[in-house]
Amino acid sequence: MVDLDPVTLSRMLTGLTLIVHIVFASIGVGVPLMIALAEWRGIRKNDPHYTLLARRWARGFVISVAVGVVTGTSIGLQLSLLWPTFMRVAGQAIALPLFMETFAFFVEAIFLGIYLYTWERFKKPMIHLLLLIPVVLGSSASAFFITSLNAFMNAPQGFTLKNGVFAEFKPLVAMFNPATPTKVSHVLASSYTASAGLLAGIAAYSLLRGRKEAYFKKALKLTVISTFVFAVSTAIIGDFSGKFLAKYQPEKLAAGEWHFETTDRAPLIYGGVMDESGSIKYAIKIPYALSILAGNSPNTEVIGLNEFPVDERPSLKIHYLFDTMVTIGGLLVLIPLIYMFRHRLSRKGNKRGYPKWLLVCLVLLGPLAMAATELGWLYAEFGRQPWIVRGYMKVAHAATTQDTVGYMIILFLALYIVLCLSCVKVLAKLFRNKDVVEEMRELGIHAKGGMKP
Amino acid sequence: MSYEVVGITILWTFLFGYLIVASVDFGAGFFSYYTAVVTRHENKVHNIIQRYLTPVWEVTNVFLIFFVVGLVGFFPDTAYFYGTALLVPGSLAIVLLALRGAYYAYNTYGSSKENDKIYMTIYGATGLLLPAALSTILALSEGGIITETNGKVRLDWIQFFSNPYTWSVVILALVSVLYISAMFLSYYAKRAEDQHSFELLRRYALFWSGPTILACVFVFFQINRQNPEHFENMLNMSWMFIASLICFLIAVYFVWKKVNLGWAFVLVMLQFAFAWYGYGRSHLPYILYNQISIYESFTNETMAIALIIAFIAGLFILIPSLILLLRLFLFDSKYVRGHSPKKG
Repeated sequence: MVDLDPVTLSRMLTGLTLIVHIVFASIGVGVPLMIALAEWRGIRKNDPHYTLLARRWARGFVISVAVGVVTGTSIGLQLSLLWPTFMRVAGQAIALPLFMETFAFFVEAIFLGIYLYTWERFKKPMIHLLLLIPVVLGSSASAFFITSLNAFMNAPQGFTLKNGVFAEFKPLVAMFNPATPTKVSHVLASSYTASAGLLAGIAAYSLLRGRKEAYFKKALKLTVISTFVFAVSTAIIGDFSGKFLAKYQPEKLAAGEWHFETTDRAPLIYGGVMDESGSIKYAIKIPYALSILAGNSPNTEVIGLNEFPVDERPSLKIHYLFDTMVTIGGLLVLIPLIYMFRHRLSRKGNKRGYPKWLLVCLVLLGPLAMAATELGWLYAEFGRQPWIVRGYMKVAHAATTQDTVGYMIILFLALYIVLCLSCVKVLAKLFRNKDVVEEMRELGIHAKGGMKP
Repeated sequence: MSYEVVGITILWTFLFGYLIVASVDFGAGFFSYYTAVVTRHENKVHNIIQRYLTPVWEVTNVFLIFFVVGLVGFFPDTAYFYGTALLVPGSLAIVLLALRGAYYAYNTYGSSKENDKIYMTIYGATGLLLPAALSTILALSEGGIITETNGKVRLDWIQFFSNPYTWSVVILALVSVLYISAMFLSYYAKRAEDQHSFELLRRYALFWSGPTILACVFVFFQINRQNPEHFENMLNMSWMFIASLICFLIAVYFVWKKVNLGWAFVLVMLQFAFAWYGYGRSHLPYILYNQISIYESFTNETMAIALIIAFIAGLFILIPSLILLLRLFLFDSKYVRGHSPKKG
């Protein structure tokens, strides 16, 4: 591994950090919203089950935030340690959102600290809920700022390049580039989906293990319906992202869809495998679908990959990433939909509870939603290759020249393994030691109905 | 003031914030470990420390990130020189910060009733290793150790470790961390009306005050050997260092007499502020001696203005939030004394 060049190694280490960080970052963005939803429902319906739900989620949330903070610190510093030339040049155009992100995180951290320690400090429970709003806004703003940096790398603007010198920088123009709207909304929606899906998976797991308390059923209902709503919005925004790509980054779309010749009425290739010679087997061809994805009409002309020089094309393998992401996205809509129909039916007299196969599917929502997020990011990053700033700077020219990156990969791999394993262990212990029923008894909540006696 | 000076002043102020908050945190980790694991005192001192740290630990890290991101934003060349040279030490510092942060949260928010020995050790050890590691960057900034040849930036490890200046800075960092932390915690213990912890922490504070001032003097003269140009600049603003010394003497006197402990800590902050800004001001215009000057390595003007505006706007949100945090926890005597309900 140490024999590889610093550029490849820097890409590997950045990828490693991001793969770990994205899980915790998505939780960090989405779970506060879910906590707020649960606490709000608890106050509005005067149902202590939901309040307890918010409280227990918050308790687990801090643990994951800690890992999110340290992996975020890690990527924040690695940007300069591994990509010094990129930061030196691109920093001139895009330092602003990075700078503002720290403020957003500051606000989030402060209010999360206050929120956790003030459950019974205010007479009106609504005041406590209000403390969560800066947390939700802060974490979503963090996502916005960081994603706008990534958007800039895909659709750079806000500067000029004359005789090899970058000049006339416009920070706001760079921040609000054409990729920003679709990218930011896609990241936010998918983070909400991933978080709701994860919490749904946990609730379903408890029911699968034979828990029958109303608490778990309420948790499941809230999280699954949220997953459905967020997954549908993620899909709709994904469609806009396709239109963005077709217009501003056609090579990414073309490589992802295996679309080579520029043409209208372009078919969409779903699935399939490509062999050595480049011929595609076992794929489903949906007529006109790619043109519709690119511009809402079968007559839209979609630019093919052949328009680009060979050394400026992303790998064709990203097709697999893209299609798997889309397939999982479909499941994230379908599984909650089945649950919702079933829930309807069981309310009309059928009181047997949920069938085992459905609960298994619901447990899978968590890992599936996380996998879709990871695949989406992998697609976005591999799809931008060979560029780090599309059209201006290649990855190969941006990395560090140090030859010790290989050892750092080993160091960080060990760190992340230790962090993740201990995080899971601590979380498991946290919830095992304090069972819901026991806690409800302590707080004087009835297990069945939910109201205080 | 030029944009360059405004920019570096903002950054230097954030690093000063980190110096104070993180010193309290680092030292607290060490004292916590020392009293609970080594001397097996009852856990009282540890509880005091825990109660202060819990709500603020996340805020500490942000000061550092803010400084790094801001430095790269205002002075992009720093990413190139320091970023390339510090790959290994920077990565090690990240690992230490990560272990410290994560294990702190695991222990505090996790379910274990008694404090884990492994955690206490990690927290205590990183409390000393981190200031040692981070302070070496100040030593590097005096120049001569980071070199650029044929477009490749390198760090001269042998010269780095064999340089007495490096070690004088490390020693100063360690003793100041323990001094600042003990000064703050004795004030906090007094507010919490915990006489026993107060007596113990006061003894620590007085004990570390001597080494702190000796280390300062040692560093002062090492700078002369390392970088006479910088030393010359420091002599030109010697009043700042004299003011620092006076603040130190009054602060120690207050703690000795057990009076005005709040003011004593304010004076400790002033002591370090005078020294910190004096050192920083005399270091200008260089961020890295002879390689990065604030004037030559500055970002474009539009970005500078944008960053300064963002900073001012950010302060409008930040300061009220920080005041709220402090009022709820640090200055709420009910919370400080431990009568408030536990975490959710």
